[in-house]
Amino acid sequence: MYKILKACNLASNIFLMDVEARRIAKACEPGQFVIVRIDERGERIPLTICDYDREKGTITIVVQTIGASTTRMQKLQTGDYFMDFVGPLGRPSDFVHEDIESLKGKKMLFVGGGLGTAPVYPQVKWLHEHGIDADVIIGAKTKDLVILEEEMKAVAGNLYVTTDDGSYQRAGMVTEVIKDLVNNEGRTYDVCVAIGPMIMMKFVCLLTKELGIPTIVSMNPIMVDGTGMCGACRLLVGGEVKFACVDGPEFDGHLVDFDQAMKRQNLYKTEEGRALLAEQEGSTHHGGCNNCGGDR
Amino acid sequence: MDVLKKVPVREQDPKVRATNFDEVCLGYNESEAKEEASRCLTCMNAQCVKACPVNIDIPGFIKEIKEGNFEEAGYVIGKSSALPAICGRVCPQESQCEGKCIRGIKGEPVSIGKLERFVADYAMAKGIKPKKSTESNGRKVAIIGSGPAGLTCAGDLAKMGYDVTIFEALHEAGGVLVYGIPEFRLPKDAVVKKEIENVIALGVKIETNVVIGKSVTIDDLMEKEGFEAVFIGSGAGLPKFMGIPGETASGVFSANEYLTRNNLMKAFKDDYDTPIRPGKKVAVVGGGNVAMDAARTALRLGAEVTIVYRRSEEELPARVEEVHHAKEEGIIFNLLTNPTEILVDENGWVCGMKCIKMELGEPDESGRRSPVEIPGSEFTIDVDTVIMSLGTSPNPLISSTTKGLDTNRRKCIVANEESGATSKPGVFAGGDAVTGAATVILAMGAGKTAAKGIDEYLRAK
Repeated sequence: MYKILKACNLASNIFLMDVEARRIAKACEPGQFVIVRIDERGERIPLTICDYDREKGTITIVVQTIGASTTRMQKLQTGDYFMDFVGPLGRPSDFVHEDIESLKGKKMLFVGGGLGTAPVYPQVKWLHEHGIDADVIIGAKTKDLVILEEEMKAVAGNLYVTTDDGSYQRAGMVTEVIKDLVNNEGRTYDVCVAIGPMIMMKFVCLLTKELGIPTIVSMNPIMVDGTGMCGACRLLVGGEVKFACVDGPEFDGHLVDFDQAMKRQNLYKTEEGRALLAEQEGSTHHGGCNNCGGDR
Repeated sequence: MDVLKKVPVREQDPKVRATNFDEVCLGYNESEAKEEASRCLTCMNAQCVKACPVNIDIPGFIKEIKEGNFEEAGYVIGKSSALPAICGRVCPQESQCEGKCIRGIKGEPVSIGKLERFVADYAMAKGIKPKKSTESNGRKVAIIGSGPAGLTCAGDLAKMGYDVTIFEALHEAGGVLVYGIPEFRLPKDAVVKKEIENVIALGVKIETNVVIGKSVTIDDLMEKEGFEAVFIGSGAGLPKFMGIPGETASGVFSANEYLTRNNLMKAFKDDYDTPIRPGKKVAVVGGGNVAMDAARTALRLGAEVTIVYRRSEEELPARVEEVHHAKEEGIIFNLLTNPTEILVDENGWVCGMKCIKMELGEPDESGRRSPVEIPGSEFTIDVDTVIMSLGTSPNPLISSTTKGLDTNRRKCIVANEESGATSKPGVFAGGDAVTGAATVILAMGAGKTAAKGIDEYLRAK
């Protein structure tokens, strides 16, 4: 069992938890993820590591409620336990193993879209701790969904926040900010790291390809075991089949087949939706969702 | 009673069992077991024992059954095997013990597997636990993986007095016994969990959710956590795909994913959150035991299921019993057929599979006649789900994070057959991680060999 030492909401449907997991806190690096199971009946949910404290032995996760399991997870409080918490899984971000001096000569741009801000944070923090300040763009649908702004400000070089509806700071998509920085402010970047919804990563990659900025994305597809066993997380990268769990989760964004990945992501959408409905409606759920067959 | 024939074993009716996940084979009762045991000739130079990878004293335990000493029969098996209820169910007895039975020359061999199962189930029902070693020598050994190889190695070492910890990557112990083999063939709570509890009763500790190579490395276990020897029994968990067009479409699964969702994650039970898309028309590509397991699972989830296999029935690598059960339940066999492309609709879903007819040519390096395409014989089958069951290979997570551990070109860990020793001092290996995908009992045999090897190594150290 893995104790939740802190649980709080960052937005109405986004929450943060510090979880005691000593082995993982000791071994993890930025870019890696964990798999979490609430209880005996829960799914195995892959979540990117948002922060870690090697001394305290804790891992920070940030979760958005999207299905039955994550809705159930949000109900957990400080002092509750996760049944299972395994990791660190996947490969660390490439820069972790790069030569620090050559890394210092690089201009890096991080783009976090929505929940994607959470996995961007430990990377920017790691760089900051190694004397490198990277520029960061945080994008969100609206003001209330901007997360980790203060934390990011403390470790980033320049921080730009943009909201789709213009309710906070800049208005528009993250791609608008990138264009603005490069075309109007004359900034140059040697590498861009974009993490967020697949559709955002796709459009960032289309833009950065045009601008000639190598771009790394973090993929979080359907997964079961997270150790290379099930193959559910397979993606096409440069025409080759890769497993996000062991070959990734970070890939060269200019080589990822996003259209195919987005189609695969829909695989369990209906079933997840079904489970969510059943959870919300409880014993009053008698079908009507066109999925569960409860009315048949 | 016809002494040339096995006492028939009761099974669930095929029509009924095709709709449930309860165990297919119901096993012998006491009188059936005694009757079948009476067919054993108690050979002095028993061939069956030699054909058993863990050398169970087969005539010895059957003799106890004959005399009605079922508990004693359990102790006889327990000397050689820690997992008799499992082996009695999933061992390929026809090619091992029963394959060498003298009775089999003229008539049917003694039903050794079913008798072993009877003895194990009897002991479980009576709550008989193995005895813990009294003398602990305090020396720590780490076992990686809690499948058949790891459990056997751990059990044997614990009996010798070692302080044994098993590290398991998944959230539940059992490895392939839990994620791979379905409930209807090997009940999880009633059989697998109980046998694992027996291993724990010997003093073995199990730490789940530890991915060796990620959470901690073998070097750290040995240098920082005080383990004097390590056994790698991490299995062969990496699925293979064919590399044909359409394979990344939604609705294409590896057998591992389909089975893991259903077995480990219990997707077939309504009160679990795990989603599974059972499919209405399912094609399973492959002809091994795993393919049969996936096919029969899909059938139970309500699908019409076709096995697509490129060779003929004779070459099916699955156990005869499994093929027989699959046919009884209504699985369609499309043999001498090979997929060439998975057809995908505009939303990225599987909507059919293009296949080509095959014929058998000259024997290949495996001795099996290799299938050759018949030109112009392409046809399309109507499916919405494809399960790829083409075999698995060892996971490189451990070999790639452990310095000095040699692997061969198939990514299998190289280990000495006599001792299980690898190229790295103090590190032993066995089971599918060494051989590539094989059977439960061969993995157990390797676990046993390695336990002996580790004991000798640590005594000499």
